[in-house]
Amino acid sequence: MRPGEIDAELSRLMREDRGRLLAALSADLGQFELAEEALSQAFESALAHWGRHGVPQKPLGWLLRVARRKAIDRIRRAARWTERERTLAVLAEREGDGAKMAEIPDERLRLIFTCCHPALDPKSRVALTLRSLCGLTTSEIARAFLDTEPTMGQRLSRAKAKIAKAGIPFRIPDRAEWDDRLGSVLAVIYLVFNEGYAATSGRDRLRVDLCDEAIFLARLLVDLRADPEILGLLSLMLTTHARRAARADASGRLVPLREQDRELWDHAQAQEGLATLDSALVMGAAGPFQIKAAISALHVSASCHDATDWRQMLLLYDALLVHEPSDVVRLNRLVVLAELGGVEVALSQLRSLEPQLHAYQPFHAARADLLSRAGAHAAAQEAYDSAISLSRNAAERDFLVRRKSAVGGVGDAGEGATQKNAGHNGPAKSNREV
Amino acid sequence: MQYMCLIYSPPPPADQPDPEPGTPEFEAYMKPWNDFSEKLVADSVMVGGEALMPVEMATSVRVRGGKTETMDGPFAETKEQLGGYYIIDCKTLDDAIRYAAMIPVADFGTIEVRPVMDLSAAQG
Repeated sequence: MRPGEIDAELSRLMREDRGRLLAALSADLGQFELAEEALSQAFESALAHWGRHGVPQKPLGWLLRVARRKAIDRIRRAARWTERERTLAVLAEREGDGAKMAEIPDERLRLIFTCCHPALDPKSRVALTLRSLCGLTTSEIARAFLDTEPTMGQRLSRAKAKIAKAGIPFRIPDRAEWDDRLGSVLAVIYLVFNEGYAATSGRDRLRVDLCDEAIFLARLLVDLRADPEILGLLSLMLTTHARRAARADASGRLVPLREQDRELWDHAQAQEGLATLDSALVMGAAGPFQIKAAISALHVSASCHDATDWRQMLLLYDALLVHEPSDVVRLNRLVVLAELGGVEVALSQLRSLEPQLHAYQPFHAARADLLSRAGAHAAAQEAYDSAISLSRNAAERDFLVRRKSAVGGVGDAGEGATQKNAGHNGPAKSNREV
Repeated sequence: MQYMCLIYSPPPPADQPDPEPGTPEFEAYMKPWNDFSEKLVADSVMVGGEALMPVEMATSVRVRGGKTETMDGPFAETKEQLGGYYIIDCKTLDDAIRYAAMIPVADFGTIEVRPVMDLSAAQG
Protein backbone atom coordinates (compact mmCIF):
# COMPACT_ATOMS: atom_id res chain seq x y z
CA MET A 1 0.00 0.00 0.00
CA ARG A 2 1.30 3.44 -0.84
CA PRO A 3 1.80 6.14 1.83
CA GLY A 4 -1.27 8.03 0.63
CA GLU A 5 -3.39 4.93 1.05
CA ILE A 6 -2.06 4.33 4.55
CA ASP A 7 -2.98 7.92 5.39
CA ALA A 8 -6.45 7.43 4.00
CA GLU A 9 -6.96 4.18 5.92
CA LEU A 10 -5.77 5.78 9.14
CA SER A 11 -8.02 8.81 8.63
CA ARG A 12 -10.95 6.48 8.10
CA LEU A 13 -10.18 4.53 11.27
CA MET A 14 -9.67 7.77 13.17
CA ARG A 15 -13.02 9.00 11.96
CA GLU A 16 -15.07 5.84 12.40
CA ASP A 17 -13.48 3.94 15.24
CA ARG A 18 -11.45 6.35 17.34
CA GLY A 19 -14.33 6.90 19.76
CA ARG A 20 -14.82 3.19 20.24
CA LEU A 21 -11.11 2.56 20.83
CA LEU A 22 -10.79 5.53 23.16
CA ALA A 23 -13.80 4.41 25.17
CA ALA A 24 -12.54 0.84 25.50
CA LEU A 25 -9.10 2.02 26.53
CA SER A 26 -10.50 4.55 29.04
CA ALA A 27 -12.53 1.75 30.59
CA ASP A 28 -9.39 -0.41 31.02
CA LEU A 29 -7.31 2.42 32.41
CA GLY A 30 -9.99 4.21 34.39
CA GLN A 31 -8.35 7.37 33.08
CA PHE A 32 -9.46 9.37 30.12
CA GLU A 33 -6.41 11.61 29.70
CA LEU A 34 -3.94 8.72 29.66
CA ALA A 35 -6.14 6.82 27.20
CA GLU A 36 -6.19 9.83 24.87
CA GLU A 37 -2.42 10.19 24.91
CA ALA A 38 -1.74 6.48 24.48
CA LEU A 39 -4.16 6.23 21.57
CA SER A 40 -2.62 9.23 19.81
CA GLN A 41 0.77 7.57 20.15
CA ALA A 42 -0.63 4.34 18.73
CA PHE A 43 -1.92 6.20 15.67
CA GLU A 44 1.52 7.77 15.22
CA SER A 45 3.16 4.34 15.43
CA ALA A 46 0.70 2.98 12.91
CA LEU A 47 1.72 5.63 10.41
CA ALA A 48 5.34 4.45 10.63
CA HIS A 49 4.80 0.68 10.92
CA TRP A 50 2.03 0.22 8.41
CA GLY A 51 4.03 2.18 5.86
CA ARG A 52 6.83 -0.39 6.15
CA HIS A 53 4.93 -3.60 6.81
CA GLY A 54 1.50 -2.91 5.40
CA VAL A 55 -1.84 -2.60 7.19
CA PRO A 56 -2.30 -5.46 9.68
CA GLN A 57 -5.18 -7.87 9.25
CA LYS A 58 -7.02 -6.51 12.25
CA PRO A 59 -6.09 -2.83 12.35
CA LEU A 60 -8.32 -1.98 15.31
CA GLY A 61 -6.91 -4.77 17.41
CA TRP A 62 -3.41 -3.64 16.44
CA LEU A 63 -4.14 -0.07 17.49
CA LEU A 64 -5.69 -1.11 20.78
CA ARG A 65 -2.77 -3.42 21.59
CA VAL A 66 -0.17 -0.78 20.83
CA ALA A 67 -2.11 1.86 22.77
CA ARG A 68 -2.21 -0.46 25.80
CA ARG A 69 1.57 -0.91 25.61
CA LYS A 70 2.07 2.84 25.34
CA ALA A 71 -0.15 3.25 28.39
CA ILE A 72 1.87 0.65 30.31
CA ASP A 73 5.07 2.57 29.54
CA ARG A 74 3.56 5.77 30.78
CA ILE A 75 2.15 4.21 33.93
CA ARG A 76 5.49 2.61 34.78
CA ARG A 77 7.12 5.98 34.51
CA ALA A 78 4.59 8.08 36.33
CA ALA A 79 1.89 6.64 38.48
CA ARG A 80 1.75 5.86 42.14
CA TRP A 81 2.55 2.36 43.19
CA THR A 82 -0.86 1.05 44.36
CA GLU A 83 -2.81 2.39 41.41
CA ARG A 84 -0.04 1.33 39.10
CA GLU A 85 -0.28 -2.30 40.16
CA ARG A 86 -4.04 -2.39 39.71
CA THR A 87 -4.01 -0.79 36.27
CA LEU A 88 -1.10 -2.87 35.05
CA ALA A 89 -2.91 -6.01 36.15
CA VAL A 90 -5.98 -5.03 34.13
CA LEU A 91 -3.81 -4.32 31.10
CA ALA A 92 -1.92 -7.59 31.44
CA GLU A 93 -5.21 -9.44 31.44
CA ARG A 94 -6.34 -7.55 28.31
CA GLU A 95 -3.06 -8.33 26.60
CA GLY A 96 -4.09 -11.99 26.42
CA ASP A 97 -7.40 -11.15 24.76
CA GLY A 98 -7.92 -11.67 21.10
CA ALA A 99 -8.39 -8.35 19.42
CA LYS A 100 -11.21 -8.86 17.02
CA MET A 101 -13.59 -5.90 16.67
CA ALA A 102 -16.41 -7.89 18.20
CA GLU A 103 -14.33 -8.31 21.33
CA ILE A 104 -13.63 -4.63 21.77
CA PRO A 105 -16.36 -3.71 24.25
CA ASP A 106 -18.46 -0.69 23.37
CA GLU A 107 -17.85 1.76 26.20
CA ARG A 108 -18.84 4.85 24.26
CA LEU A 109 -21.85 5.60 26.46
CA ARG A 110 -19.52 6.05 29.43
CA LEU A 111 -17.25 8.20 27.28
CA ILE A 112 -19.98 10.59 26.21
CA PHE A 113 -21.17 11.07 29.80
CA THR A 114 -17.61 11.93 30.80
CA CYS A 115 -17.15 14.39 27.94
CA CYS A 116 -20.48 16.10 28.73
CA HIS A 117 -19.99 16.20 32.49
CA PRO A 118 -21.63 19.31 33.99
CA ALA A 119 -18.44 20.12 35.92
CA LEU A 120 -16.82 21.02 32.58
CA ASP A 121 -17.26 24.36 30.84
CA PRO A 122 -20.11 24.05 28.28
CA LYS A 123 -17.98 24.92 25.25
CA SER A 124 -15.34 22.42 26.37
CA ARG A 125 -18.01 19.71 26.59
CA VAL A 126 -18.85 20.35 22.96
CA ALA A 127 -15.21 20.35 21.84
CA LEU A 128 -14.33 17.25 23.83
CA THR A 129 -17.33 15.34 22.48
CA LEU A 130 -16.46 16.20 18.87
CA ARG A 131 -12.84 15.23 19.47
CA SER A 132 -13.52 11.99 21.33
CA LEU A 133 -16.71 10.60 19.84
CA CYS A 134 -16.71 12.07 16.34
CA GLY A 135 -12.96 11.76 15.81
CA LEU A 136 -12.61 15.36 14.60
CA THR A 137 -9.15 16.86 14.79
CA THR A 138 -8.40 19.86 16.97
CA SER A 139 -7.99 22.00 13.86
CA GLU A 140 -11.36 20.87 12.45
CA ILE A 141 -13.08 21.76 15.71
CA ALA A 142 -11.28 25.10 15.83
CA ARG A 143 -12.46 25.91 12.29
CA ALA A 144 -16.01 24.85 13.04
CA PHE A 145 -16.18 27.28 15.97
CA LEU A 146 -14.10 29.98 14.28
CA ASP A 147 -11.41 29.68 16.92
CA THR A 148 -7.68 29.41 16.41
CA GLU A 149 -6.11 25.98 16.70
CA PRO A 150 -3.90 26.83 19.71
CA THR A 151 -6.91 28.26 21.58
CA MET A 152 -8.95 25.14 20.90
CA GLY A 153 -5.98 22.93 21.81
CA GLN A 154 -5.64 24.70 25.15
CA ARG A 155 -9.35 24.37 25.80
CA LEU A 156 -9.16 20.62 25.16
CA SER A 157 -6.14 20.09 27.37
CA ARG A 158 -7.65 22.10 30.21
CA ALA A 159 -10.78 19.96 30.03
CA LYS A 160 -8.79 16.71 29.95
CA ALA A 161 -6.70 17.87 32.90
CA LYS A 162 -9.83 18.63 34.91
CA ILE A 163 -11.29 15.19 34.14
CA ALA A 164 -8.10 13.59 35.46
CA LYS A 165 -7.36 15.84 38.42
CA ALA A 166 -10.84 16.60 39.77
CA GLY A 167 -11.90 12.97 39.63
CA ILE A 168 -14.64 13.21 36.99
CA PRO A 169 -15.64 9.55 36.69
CA PHE A 170 -15.77 7.39 33.57
CA ARG A 171 -19.16 5.85 34.14
CA ILE A 172 -22.81 5.81 33.21
CA PRO A 173 -24.84 7.83 35.72
CA ASP A 174 -27.22 5.91 37.95
CA ARG A 175 -30.98 6.13 37.78
CA ALA A 176 -31.28 9.06 40.20
CA GLU A 177 -28.91 11.22 38.13
CA TRP A 178 -29.89 9.89 34.70
CA ASP A 179 -32.35 12.59 33.62
CA ASP A 180 -30.11 15.50 34.64
CA ARG A 181 -26.97 14.06 33.16
CA LEU A 182 -28.67 12.92 29.96
CA GLY A 183 -30.01 16.47 29.71
CA SER A 184 -26.43 17.73 29.67
CA VAL A 185 -25.47 15.28 26.91
CA LEU A 186 -28.50 16.15 24.78
CA ALA A 187 -27.83 19.87 25.25
CA VAL A 188 -24.29 19.37 23.92
CA ILE A 189 -25.54 17.50 20.85
CA TYR A 190 -28.21 20.11 20.17
CA LEU A 191 -25.63 22.89 20.53
CA VAL A 192 -23.46 21.15 17.92
CA PHE A 193 -26.49 20.94 15.63
CA ASN A 194 -27.40 24.60 16.10
CA GLU A 195 -23.85 25.72 15.36
CA GLY A 196 -24.02 23.78 12.12
CA TYR A 197 -27.47 25.15 11.36
CA ALA A 198 -26.44 28.76 11.87
CA ALA A 199 -23.45 28.23 9.57
CA THR A 200 -25.48 26.69 6.75
CA SER A 201 -25.44 29.69 4.46
CA GLY A 202 -22.11 30.71 3.03
CA ARG A 203 -20.58 27.56 4.38
CA ASP A 204 -16.86 27.25 4.16
CA ARG A 205 -15.97 24.07 2.32
CA LEU A 206 -13.21 23.34 4.81
CA ARG A 207 -15.63 23.29 7.71
CA VAL A 208 -17.11 19.97 8.74
CA ASP A 209 -20.90 19.83 8.75
CA LEU A 210 -21.76 20.01 12.43
CA CYS A 211 -25.40 19.08 11.71
CA ASP A 212 -24.20 15.71 10.38
CA GLU A 213 -21.96 15.24 13.42
CA ALA A 214 -24.86 15.97 15.78
CA ILE A 215 -27.10 13.48 13.96
CA PHE A 216 -24.29 10.91 14.08
CA LEU A 217 -24.01 11.40 17.87
CA ALA A 218 -27.75 11.09 18.43
CA ARG A 219 -27.88 7.88 16.33
CA LEU A 220 -24.98 6.52 18.36
CA LEU A 221 -26.83 7.26 21.61
CA VAL A 222 -30.02 5.67 20.27
CA ASP A 223 -28.04 2.50 19.49
CA LEU A 224 -26.52 2.44 22.96
CA ARG A 225 -29.61 3.21 25.01
CA ALA A 226 -33.24 3.56 23.98
CA ASP A 227 -34.54 6.64 25.79
CA PRO A 228 -37.53 8.66 24.58
CA GLU A 229 -35.72 12.00 24.89
CA ILE A 230 -32.75 10.78 22.84
CA LEU A 231 -35.21 9.67 20.14
CA GLY A 232 -36.98 13.02 20.48
CA LEU A 233 -33.75 14.92 19.86
CA LEU A 234 -32.87 12.74 16.87
CA SER A 235 -36.33 13.26 15.41
CA LEU A 236 -36.12 17.04 15.94
CA MET A 237 -32.79 17.24 14.16
CA LEU A 238 -33.89 15.01 11.27
CA THR A 239 -37.07 16.96 10.54
CA THR A 240 -35.18 20.26 10.83
CA HIS A 241 -32.28 19.10 8.69
CA ALA A 242 -34.74 17.74 6.10
CA ARG A 243 -35.64 21.35 5.27
CA ARG A 244 -32.08 22.56 4.69
CA ALA A 245 -32.12 22.68 0.88
CA ALA A 246 -35.05 25.11 0.92
CA ARG A 247 -33.65 27.44 3.55
CA ALA A 248 -31.58 29.47 1.13
CA ASP A 249 -32.14 30.39 -2.52
CA ALA A 250 -29.63 30.02 -5.35
CA SER A 251 -27.84 33.20 -4.35
CA GLY A 252 -27.57 32.08 -0.73
CA ARG A 253 -30.34 34.31 0.60
CA LEU A 254 -32.35 32.93 3.52
CA VAL A 255 -35.91 31.97 2.64
CA PRO A 256 -38.56 32.11 5.38
CA LEU A 257 -40.51 28.93 6.09
CA ARG A 258 -43.71 30.36 4.59
CA GLU A 259 -42.05 30.87 1.22
CA GLN A 260 -39.93 27.73 1.11
CA ASP A 261 -40.31 25.39 -1.85
CA ARG A 262 -41.46 22.25 -0.04
CA GLU A 263 -40.48 20.11 -3.02
CA LEU A 264 -36.87 20.78 -2.05
CA TRP A 265 -37.27 19.23 1.37
CA ASP A 266 -35.61 15.86 1.95
CA HIS A 267 -38.78 13.84 2.35
CA ALA A 268 -37.04 10.57 3.16
CA GLN A 269 -35.21 12.23 6.04
CA ALA A 270 -38.43 13.90 7.18
CA GLN A 271 -40.19 10.52 7.16
CA GLU A 272 -37.39 8.99 9.21
CA GLY A 273 -37.77 11.87 11.68
CA LEU A 274 -41.52 11.27 11.98
CA ALA A 275 -41.04 7.52 12.50
CA THR A 276 -38.38 8.22 15.12
CA LEU A 277 -40.82 10.48 16.97
CA ASP A 278 -43.47 7.75 16.88
CA SER A 279 -41.10 5.27 18.46
CA ALA A 280 -40.34 7.81 21.21
CA LEU A 281 -43.97 8.60 21.95
CA VAL A 282 -45.00 4.97 22.44
CA MET A 283 -42.61 4.84 25.39
CA GLY A 284 -45.03 7.15 27.20
CA ALA A 285 -42.59 9.54 28.89
CA ALA A 286 -42.97 13.01 27.36
CA GLY A 287 -40.10 15.47 27.57
CA PRO A 288 -39.01 18.77 26.03
CA PHE A 289 -37.15 17.31 23.04
CA GLN A 290 -40.09 15.12 22.10
CA ILE A 291 -42.39 18.14 22.25
CA LYS A 292 -40.00 20.21 20.10
CA ALA A 293 -39.80 17.29 17.71
CA ALA A 294 -43.60 17.16 17.56
CA ILE A 295 -43.68 20.88 16.70
CA SER A 296 -41.12 20.40 13.95
CA ALA A 297 -43.09 17.35 12.76
CA LEU A 298 -46.18 19.52 12.25
CA HIS A 299 -44.15 21.76 9.93
CA VAL A 300 -42.79 18.96 7.76
CA SER A 301 -46.19 17.26 7.65
CA ALA A 302 -48.00 20.30 6.24
CA SER A 303 -48.44 20.38 2.47
CA CYS A 304 -48.18 24.17 2.51
CA HIS A 305 -47.70 26.89 5.10
CA ASP A 306 -51.42 27.59 5.48
CA ALA A 307 -52.16 23.90 5.97
CA THR A 308 -50.04 23.86 9.15
CA ASP A 309 -51.99 22.70 12.20
CA TRP A 310 -51.42 25.86 14.26
CA ARG A 311 -54.02 24.92 16.86
CA GLN A 312 -52.19 21.69 17.66
CA MET A 313 -48.92 23.59 17.65
CA LEU A 314 -50.21 26.09 20.21
CA LEU A 315 -51.10 23.19 22.53
CA LEU A 316 -47.61 21.78 22.08
CA TYR A 317 -46.06 25.12 23.05
CA ASP A 318 -48.26 25.20 26.15
CA ALA A 319 -46.94 21.73 27.02
CA LEU A 320 -43.37 22.81 26.31
CA LEU A 321 -43.73 25.77 28.68
CA VAL A 322 -44.40 23.33 31.52
CA HIS A 323 -40.99 21.71 30.92
CA GLU A 324 -39.13 24.80 29.85
CA PRO A 325 -40.70 28.03 31.10
CA SER A 326 -38.34 30.30 29.15
CA ASP A 327 -39.01 33.62 27.44
CA VAL A 328 -37.78 32.27 24.10
CA VAL A 329 -40.44 29.54 24.23
CA ARG A 330 -43.05 32.19 25.15
CA LEU A 331 -41.93 34.23 22.14
CA ASN A 332 -42.32 31.28 19.78
CA ARG A 333 -45.72 30.52 21.26
CA LEU A 334 -46.89 34.07 20.51
CA VAL A 335 -45.76 33.71 16.89
CA VAL A 336 -48.05 30.67 16.61
CA LEU A 337 -50.87 32.55 18.34
CA ALA A 338 -50.56 35.24 15.67
CA GLU A 339 -50.92 32.58 12.95
CA LEU A 340 -54.25 31.67 14.52
CA GLY A 341 -55.43 35.24 13.93
CA GLY A 342 -54.41 36.73 17.24
CA VAL A 343 -51.95 39.30 15.90
CA GLU A 344 -53.16 42.06 18.24
CA VAL A 345 -53.20 39.78 21.28
CA ALA A 346 -49.74 38.48 20.40
CA LEU A 347 -48.42 42.04 20.06
CA SER A 348 -49.76 43.09 23.44
CA GLN A 349 -48.35 39.99 25.15
CA LEU A 350 -45.03 40.52 23.42
CA ARG A 351 -44.57 43.72 25.39
CA SER A 352 -44.13 41.79 28.65
CA LEU A 353 -41.20 39.87 27.12
CA GLU A 354 -39.29 42.94 25.98
CA PRO A 355 -37.25 43.56 29.18
CA GLN A 356 -35.81 40.03 29.08
CA LEU A 357 -35.40 39.69 25.31
CA HIS A 358 -34.42 43.21 24.22
CA ALA A 359 -30.95 41.99 23.18
CA TYR A 360 -32.31 38.92 21.32
CA GLN A 361 -32.47 39.47 17.56
CA PRO A 362 -35.39 37.08 16.86
CA PHE A 363 -37.55 39.01 19.35
CA HIS A 364 -37.27 42.21 17.30
CA ALA A 365 -37.70 40.38 14.01
CA ALA A 366 -40.86 38.65 15.25
CA ARG A 367 -42.21 41.91 16.64
CA ALA A 368 -41.47 43.71 13.38
CA ASP A 369 -43.34 41.08 11.43
CA LEU A 370 -46.38 41.26 13.71
CA LEU A 371 -46.40 45.07 13.59
CA SER A 372 -46.20 44.96 9.82
CA ARG A 373 -49.15 42.58 9.64
CA ALA A 374 -51.10 44.83 12.02
CA GLY A 375 -50.52 47.74 9.62
CA ALA A 376 -48.16 49.67 11.92
CA HIS A 377 -45.57 50.19 9.20
CA ALA A 378 -43.39 52.85 10.81
CA ALA A 379 -43.12 50.88 14.06
CA ALA A 380 -42.40 47.71 12.07
CA GLN A 381 -39.49 49.35 10.25
CA GLU A 382 -38.09 50.59 13.53
CA ALA A 383 -38.29 47.09 14.98
CA TYR A 384 -36.47 45.73 11.90
CA ASP A 385 -33.72 48.27 12.54
CA SER A 386 -33.33 46.90 16.06
CA ALA A 387 -33.15 43.35 14.69
CA ILE A 388 -30.61 44.35 12.01
CA SER A 389 -28.35 45.96 14.59
CA LEU A 390 -28.35 42.68 16.53
CA SER A 391 -27.79 40.29 13.60
CA ARG A 392 -24.74 38.07 13.75
CA ASN A 393 -23.89 37.42 10.12
CA ALA A 394 -24.30 38.81 6.63
CA ALA A 395 -26.99 36.35 5.46
CA GLU A 396 -29.18 37.15 8.43
CA ARG A 397 -28.61 40.86 8.04
CA ASP A 398 -29.43 40.74 4.35
CA PHE A 399 -32.60 38.81 5.12
CA LEU A 400 -33.78 41.38 7.65
CA VAL A 401 -32.97 44.31 5.34
CA ARG A 402 -35.14 42.73 2.63
CA ARG A 403 -37.95 42.17 5.14
CA LYS A 404 -37.75 45.78 6.18
CA SER A 405 -37.99 47.07 2.65
CA ALA A 406 -41.05 44.84 2.06
CA VAL A 407 -43.00 46.45 4.93
CA GLY A 408 -46.24 47.97 3.69
CA GLY A 409 -46.38 45.87 0.53
CA VAL A 410 -43.39 47.48 -1.14
CA GLY A 411 -40.65 45.15 -2.36
CA ASP A 412 -40.58 41.59 -3.54
CA ALA A 413 -42.01 39.81 -0.54
CA GLY A 414 -45.46 41.34 -0.90
CA GLU A 415 -48.23 42.23 1.49
CA GLY A 416 -48.27 40.39 4.77
CA ALA A 417 -45.14 38.47 3.94
CA THR A 418 -44.17 36.75 7.08
CA GLN A 419 -41.01 35.79 8.62
CA LYS A 420 -42.85 32.99 10.28
CA ASN A 421 -40.40 32.56 13.02
CA ALA A 422 -37.40 34.75 13.27
CA GLY A 423 -35.66 32.05 15.24
CA HIS A 424 -35.88 29.75 12.27
CA ASN A 425 -33.60 31.91 10.23
CA GLY A 426 -31.53 33.27 13.02
CA PRO A 427 -28.81 31.54 14.93
CA ALA A 428 -31.02 31.09 17.97
CA LYS A 429 -28.76 29.16 20.25
CA SER A 430 -31.05 26.73 21.92
CA ASN A 431 -34.74 27.21 21.59
CA ARG A 432 -35.22 27.24 17.86
CA GLU A 433 -38.45 25.33 17.76
CA VAL A 434 -39.68 26.01 14.28
CA MET B 1 -9.58 11.56 46.62
CA GLN B 2 -10.13 14.33 49.13
CA TYR B 3 -12.36 17.26 48.27
CA MET B 4 -12.73 20.51 50.16
CA CYS B 5 -16.24 21.93 50.13
CA LEU B 6 -16.04 25.69 50.69
CA ILE B 7 -19.35 26.98 51.94
CA TYR B 8 -20.32 30.42 50.61
CA SER B 9 -23.55 32.12 51.55
CA PRO B 10 -24.92 35.63 52.02
CA PRO B 11 -24.57 36.79 55.64
CA PRO B 12 -27.82 37.02 57.65
CA PRO B 13 -29.51 40.45 57.53
CA ALA B 14 -28.42 42.80 60.36
CA ASP B 15 -31.87 42.74 61.98
CA GLN B 16 -32.03 38.92 61.89
CA PRO B 17 -28.67 37.66 63.15
CA ASP B 18 -28.05 33.93 63.49
CA PRO B 19 -28.97 32.65 66.97
CA GLU B 20 -26.35 32.74 69.76
CA PRO B 21 -24.88 29.50 71.10
CA GLY B 22 -26.63 28.32 74.25
CA THR B 23 -30.14 29.42 73.18
CA PRO B 24 -32.88 26.96 72.16
CA GLU B 25 -32.95 28.67 68.73
CA PHE B 26 -29.30 27.78 68.29
CA GLU B 27 -30.05 24.11 68.82
CA ALA B 28 -32.69 24.21 66.09
CA TYR B 29 -30.35 26.16 63.82
CA MET B 30 -27.56 23.63 64.25
CA LYS B 31 -29.75 20.56 63.81
CA PRO B 32 -29.37 20.18 60.01
CA TRP B 33 -25.62 20.81 60.29
CA ASN B 34 -25.20 18.17 62.96
CA ASP B 35 -27.34 15.74 60.99
CA PHE B 36 -25.21 16.32 57.90
CA SER B 37 -21.93 15.92 59.80
CA GLU B 38 -23.23 12.69 61.33
CA LYS B 39 -24.11 11.40 57.90
CA LEU B 40 -20.59 12.12 56.65
CA VAL B 41 -19.18 10.16 59.59
CA ALA B 42 -21.66 7.30 59.12
CA ASP B 43 -20.73 7.11 55.40
CA SER B 44 -17.01 7.15 56.30
CA VAL B 45 -16.27 10.14 54.10
CA MET B 46 -15.68 12.76 56.82
CA VAL B 47 -12.14 14.08 57.02
CA GLY B 48 -12.85 17.33 58.81
CA GLY B 49 -14.68 20.62 58.79
CA GLU B 50 -15.21 23.82 60.72
CA ALA B 51 -17.50 26.82 60.84
CA LEU B 52 -15.84 30.23 60.57
CA MET B 53 -16.64 33.47 62.37
CA PRO B 54 -18.11 36.22 60.17
CA VAL B 55 -15.87 38.20 57.77
CA GLU B 56 -15.99 41.22 60.11
CA MET B 57 -13.48 39.22 62.19
CA ALA B 58 -11.22 38.52 59.20
CA THR B 59 -7.73 39.93 58.76
CA SER B 60 -5.85 39.57 55.48
CA VAL B 61 -2.11 39.23 55.57
CA ARG B 62 0.51 39.44 52.85
CA VAL B 63 4.24 39.97 52.69
CA ARG B 64 5.53 42.49 50.13
CA GLY B 65 9.18 43.45 49.86
CA GLY B 66 9.89 41.61 53.10
CA LYS B 67 7.29 43.69 54.91
CA THR B 68 4.17 42.16 56.43
CA GLU B 69 1.03 44.04 55.47
CA THR B 70 -2.16 43.39 57.36
CA MET B 71 -5.58 44.55 56.31
CA ASP B 72 -8.97 44.45 57.92
CA GLY B 73 -11.46 42.26 56.10
CA PRO B 74 -11.56 39.25 53.78
CA PHE B 75 -9.40 38.75 50.67
CA ALA B 76 -12.28 39.38 48.29
CA GLU B 77 -15.31 41.53 49.04
CA THR B 78 -18.28 39.61 47.71
CA LYS B 79 -21.91 39.38 48.67
CA GLU B 80 -21.51 35.73 49.54
CA GLN B 81 -18.98 34.98 52.25
CA LEU B 82 -16.93 31.94 53.13
CA GLY B 83 -18.62 30.65 56.24
CA GLY B 84 -17.01 27.27 56.75
CA TYR B 85 -15.77 24.15 55.08
CA TYR B 86 -15.82 20.39 55.04
CA ILE B 87 -13.11 18.07 53.78
CA ILE B 88 -14.54 14.79 52.54
CA ASP B 89 -12.96 11.70 51.04
CA CYS B 90 -14.83 10.40 47.99
CA LYS B 91 -14.05 8.15 45.06
CA THR B 92 -15.17 10.54 42.35
CA LEU B 93 -16.27 14.12 41.79
CA ASP B 94 -19.84 12.85 41.33
CA ASP B 95 -19.89 11.57 44.91
CA ALA B 96 -18.40 14.82 46.21
CA ILE B 97 -21.04 16.83 44.33
CA ARG B 98 -23.78 14.67 45.84
CA TYR B 99 -22.58 15.45 49.38
CA ALA B 100 -21.99 19.14 48.59
CA ALA B 101 -25.61 19.39 47.49
CA MET B 102 -26.69 18.12 50.95
CA ILE B 103 -24.89 20.92 52.83
CA PRO B 104 -27.63 22.89 54.59
CA VAL B 105 -27.02 26.25 52.82
CA ALA B 106 -26.63 24.72 49.34
CA ASP B 107 -30.21 25.73 48.49
CA PHE B 108 -29.44 29.45 48.79
CA GLY B 109 -25.63 29.73 48.96
CA THR B 110 -22.94 28.15 46.79
CA ILE B 111 -20.57 25.32 47.59
CA GLU B 112 -17.22 25.36 45.82
CA VAL B 113 -15.85 21.83 45.51
CA ARG B 114 -12.07 21.67 45.13
CA PRO B 115 -9.94 18.54 44.93
CA VAL B 116 -7.27 18.55 47.63
CA MET B 117 -3.80 18.20 46.17
CA ASP B 118 -2.29 14.83 46.98
CA LEU B 119 1.34 15.40 47.89
CA SER B 120 1.99 11.80 48.91
CA ALA B 121 2.67 10.94 45.24
CA ALA B 122 5.71 13.22 45.34
CA GLN B 123 7.18 11.11 48.12
CA GLY B 124 6.61 7.90 46.13
